[in-house]
Amino acid sequence: MATETYPDELRYHSEHDWARIEGDEALLGITWFAQDSLGELVHFEPPAEGATITKDASYGEVESVKAVSELISPLSGEVIAVNQKVVEAPETVNEDPYGDGWLVRIRLSEPGEADSLLDAAAYKQLLDEQ
Amino acid sequence: MQTLLRTPLFDRHVALGARMVPFAGWEMPVQYEGVIPEHKAVRTDCGVFDVSHMGELEVEGPRAQGLLQSLLSNDLERLEDGQAQYTLLTNDSGGIVDDLIVYRLSPFRFLLIVNAANREGDFEWMREREIPGSDVRDVSDEYGLLAVQGPRALERLGLPEAPAFSFAEGELDGIACMINRTGYTGEQGVELMVPVEDAGDLWDRVVARGAKPAGLGARDTLRLEVCYPLHGNDIGPETDAISAGLGWVCALDKDFTGADELRKIKAEGPRRRLVAFVMQERAIPREGMGIDGGGEVTSGTHSPMLDRGIGLGYVPDDNAAPGTELTIDVRGRPRRARVVKKPIYKPEEGP
Repeated sequence: MATETYPDELRYHSEHDWARIEGDEALLGITWFAQDSLGELVHFEPPAEGATITKDASYGEVESVKAVSELISPLSGEVIAVNQKVVEAPETVNEDPYGDGWLVRIRLSEPGEADSLLDAAAYKQLLDEQ
Repeated sequence: MQTLLRTPLFDRHVALGARMVPFAGWEMPVQYEGVIPEHKAVRTDCGVFDVSHMGELEVEGPRAQGLLQSLLSNDLERLEDGQAQYTLLTNDSGGIVDDLIVYRLSPFRFLLIVNAANREGDFEWMREREIPGSDVRDVSDEYGLLAVQGPRALERLGLPEAPAFSFAEGELDGIACMINRTGYTGEQGVELMVPVEDAGDLWDRVVARGAKPAGLGARDTLRLEVCYPLHGNDIGPETDAISAGLGWVCALDKDFTGADELRKIKAEGPRRRLVAFVMQERAIPREGMGIDGGGEVTSGTHSPMLDRGIGLGYVPDDNAAPGTELTIDVRGRPRRARVVKKPIYKPEEGP
C-alpha cells in the first residue's frame, strides 16, 4: 500500500478525485484518502472511450469488497483513454494512486474549469476538517 | 441514538488499527490489514475472529430436549454429550427465525450459539414456548467467543484432530475454555468459548501462536465462497428451509414448529430456490440486485480465491440447475452469471 501523499502538481476535487493537467488533456484518478477509505479495490467500471464526461458528475465506479463508490469527474471533456492496467488489476490504484493507478485520460472541453479546483494545500485542509 | 455494544476485545481491535463498524448493535472490526489478506490467511494458514457478539442461550431441565425438539428442525436424538449440530429455529409457516448450532452438554442441558442480531428475539421466542421442566437462560454476557480457522489452526493451537461438530472442555496455554470444532469459513478450525474475563488473555495467546486477526469483512467473503447462508440476507422468517437448500437439517419425521408446512413444500417442490452463482464478466453482484426472469441477489461479493464476483440468490425453480445462465442487473447494466454447484469454492483437503 502507498503512503499518504497529495502531490503539489495535481488539482483536487472535494469528492476525493484528482486531475493531472497536461496542456489540453488531463489524467484523472482518486486520491490516497479515497482509496484508503474504500480498501482494496477489486473492480473498476470505466466509461467508454469517446464518452463525454462532465465536471462534478459521475463517470464510472470503483468497488472494494464491501463498497461501491462513484467516480466524480473534476473536469469536463472527452475520454480518450481508459487505463486497462486498472481494469485488469484494480489494486494498482491502492499501490500507486497518482501514478500507475490513473483511471482515464480526457481531452478538456472547458479548460477554464481547472481554476475552481483545489490545490494540494486546500485539499489537505479539507481532509483535516472532516 | 442507540449505543453500540463492545466485546471484551474492543481495545485490542483498536490497538491493532482495526476499522470498527456497527453490526447488529455491536461495534465490530470489519478489517485490520485488509479483507483480502485476512481472507487468504484463513484459506492458507490460520486466522482469528472475535465473534463475542454472538448470543449464547442455555436450555436446562428434565424436559429441555423435549422443548428443543419441538422448536428446532434437526433431529436432536442424533446428538450425544459432546456433540453439536447445525439447526434452524422455525416459525409456523416453515420460515427461519434463526439458524444456530446446538451443543449437548448433558442429556438435560443444551447450549445454543445464535446470531447476534437474533439473540433477544430467539430468547423471547423460546421463553414464550417454555414448558414445565425446561428453563431457558440468556448467558451471552458471560462469555467471549473466538473463531480460530484455517488449515493450520489446530497445529498453531497445539490441538489434536477431532471430529467436526464435536466439543470438549479444555484449555489453551492454561486458559480454560470450551473447544468447539465448528466454524463459518469452510476451513478446519475451532471456536473457543471462554469466560468473558479471560477473553483478552485468550486472544493474546491465539495471536501469539500465529493466528492473523481477521474481521467481519473476511468472515463474510469466506462464508459466501463456501455458500453458508447468512440469516437476514439469504434466509429469514419469510424464507423456508426447503427453498433455501437446508432440507438436510430438517427432520421432517419430527413435529417441530412449521414441519407440516415444510413437508408440504417438499412434496410439491419449491417454486424458487437459493442458488450459488459465479459472474462470467467483470462485475460484483450485491444484495438486492434483480435477476432476469424473476429473482434477487441475497448476498454478493468479490471472491478473493476465484478473483471474480460471486453470490447467492433466489431464482425460479426452472433456473436453479447448475450451468444455467443468469443475467444480473448491476445498477442498470446487464451482467452474465452462471449457476454453480455449491460450494462455490472447495477448501483444500487437510493434511
